[in-house]
Amino acid sequence: MVPAELRYTKDHEWIRVEGDEAVVGITQYAADQLGDIVFVELPDAGRSLDQHATFGVVESVKAVSDLFAPVAGEVTETNGDLAGTPEVVNTDPYGAGWMLRVRLTDRAQVEGLLDASAYEQLTAGG
Amino acid sequence: MTEPEPIAPTPTPLLERHEALGAKIVEYAGWLMPIQYAGILEEHRAVRSAAGLFDLSHMGELVVEGPEAGAALAGALVTDPPSLAVGRAHYSMICAPDGGILDDLIVYRLADNRFMVVANASNAKVVSDALAERLVGFKAVLDDRSLATGLVAVQGPRSLEILGPLTDLDLEAIRYYGVAEGDVVGVHAQVARTGYTGEDGFELFVDAKSAGEVWDRVLEAGRPHGMVPVGLGARDTLRLEAGMPLYGNELDRRTNPYQAGLGRVVKLGKAGDFVGRTALEKVAKDGVDRRLVGLALRERGIARHGYPVLDRAGPTGVVTSGTMSPTLGEAIAMAYVAPAHAEPGTMLAVEIRGAPVAAEVVPLPFYTRPT
Repeated sequence: MVPAELRYTKDHEWIRVEGDEAVVGITQYAADQLGDIVFVELPDAGRSLDQHATFGVVESVKAVSDLFAPVAGEVTETNGDLAGTPEVVNTDPYGAGWMLRVRLTDRAQVEGLLDASAYEQLTAGG
Repeated sequence: MTEPEPIAPTPTPLLERHEALGAKIVEYAGWLMPIQYAGILEEHRAVRSAAGLFDLSHMGELVVEGPEAGAALAGALVTDPPSLAVGRAHYSMICAPDGGILDDLIVYRLADNRFMVVANASNAKVVSDALAERLVGFKAVLDDRSLATGLVAVQGPRSLEILGPLTDLDLEAIRYYGVAEGDVVGVHAQVARTGYTGEDGFELFVDAKSAGEVWDRVLEAGRPHGMVPVGLGARDTLRLEAGMPLYGNELDRRTNPYQAGLGRVVKLGKAGDFVGRTALEKVAKDGVDRRLVGLALRERGIARHGYPVLDRAGPTGVVTSGTMSPTLGEAIAMAYVAPAHAEPGTMLAVEIRGAPVAAEVVPLPFYTRPT
């Protein structure tokens, strides 16, 4: 089950809107597919991201995967704890494994993302 | 007539068991094999601290038999198999006439006139074909037992106490790189004290039809000791920590043994010609143009296969394997660099996503088991 209150991308990021900001991470499905996550690289605060732009990298023991911005915005904060404990992306991807906080450029972009049931359909059987 | 290409991958004889254990299955070297069960890190740590059980049935087992089997192999490989005592094994390579590596191998002397050559799955056919060709004119025959053989490996510090009660063999009498014939869980096996993890352990060569029985019984006996099934993912991180080369990464057709730091394997002093001798003698005399080294990253990042290695002037080499070392907690890699940079302590950089990340040349292996 994926959290009902979040929005999702086909690239397996989630986003949670909080006022004019939003929090971004990757889904449990993505974390499970990657396996043991051992490295997360995130942008510096202040960077402007276009929607769908690569904002960082997550690496498991075996694989390197790009992270894509679900929406456009300016990075206001990143989860610095992931440098020392990247494994929380596996154990708590929707909580302590969050990655970015961004100031939204265009709230309407959020409405264009997948809702929980659409995302569940996307990953069903996968 | 051209030979038809294989269409479907060959399932390991243990495929159903892996699926029942929740393994993620991948196609690897033409086989369906388990890449991980509970997770690479957990499996890796179990092998370092207790024991792991591996299905290696994809490996190639090539039996060479006959009164001239040893002589034939001495001409085909860079090592000198006739120098092996019965019940002993050594690491070897088969090279092309230009000295390029066709595969790295373990050669076991099972009897006076019988040797088993174990090849990588990805090269089993290349090695089988090359051996068949190189045996011509010798009183020796090649029997490719790859499909008929199941291979189950027990690796880790608790291997001996797990396997000991399951066999009539005196396992302590089998030294490192020794091999003996006996029964394991009532199944006839060649039991070799070899492996690819940097730990103590045994490899059990059995009839493919009996591999399931061996797998089940050894896993059942090993569970109380902390043994878990281990997939190819952790096999790769384990061998990398142990500084062992992987064909396709550190070794390939364009690489000779001296570049790979394995010149000691090549027995130029043996009598008689062997394939690659002239080319390898020249390399031994003239030196190499690049050398395999260990790298430890000194800034944040993980070096991966194919990433460029830089010195102050620019590119000096390429990463062949890299990972975050589960045991050491730091990013490690193997790479080819210019010989001038091969000395431990040399500071280089790995280009990761366009940016240089500091890396220090360190001695191999990265990990040595506590004694």
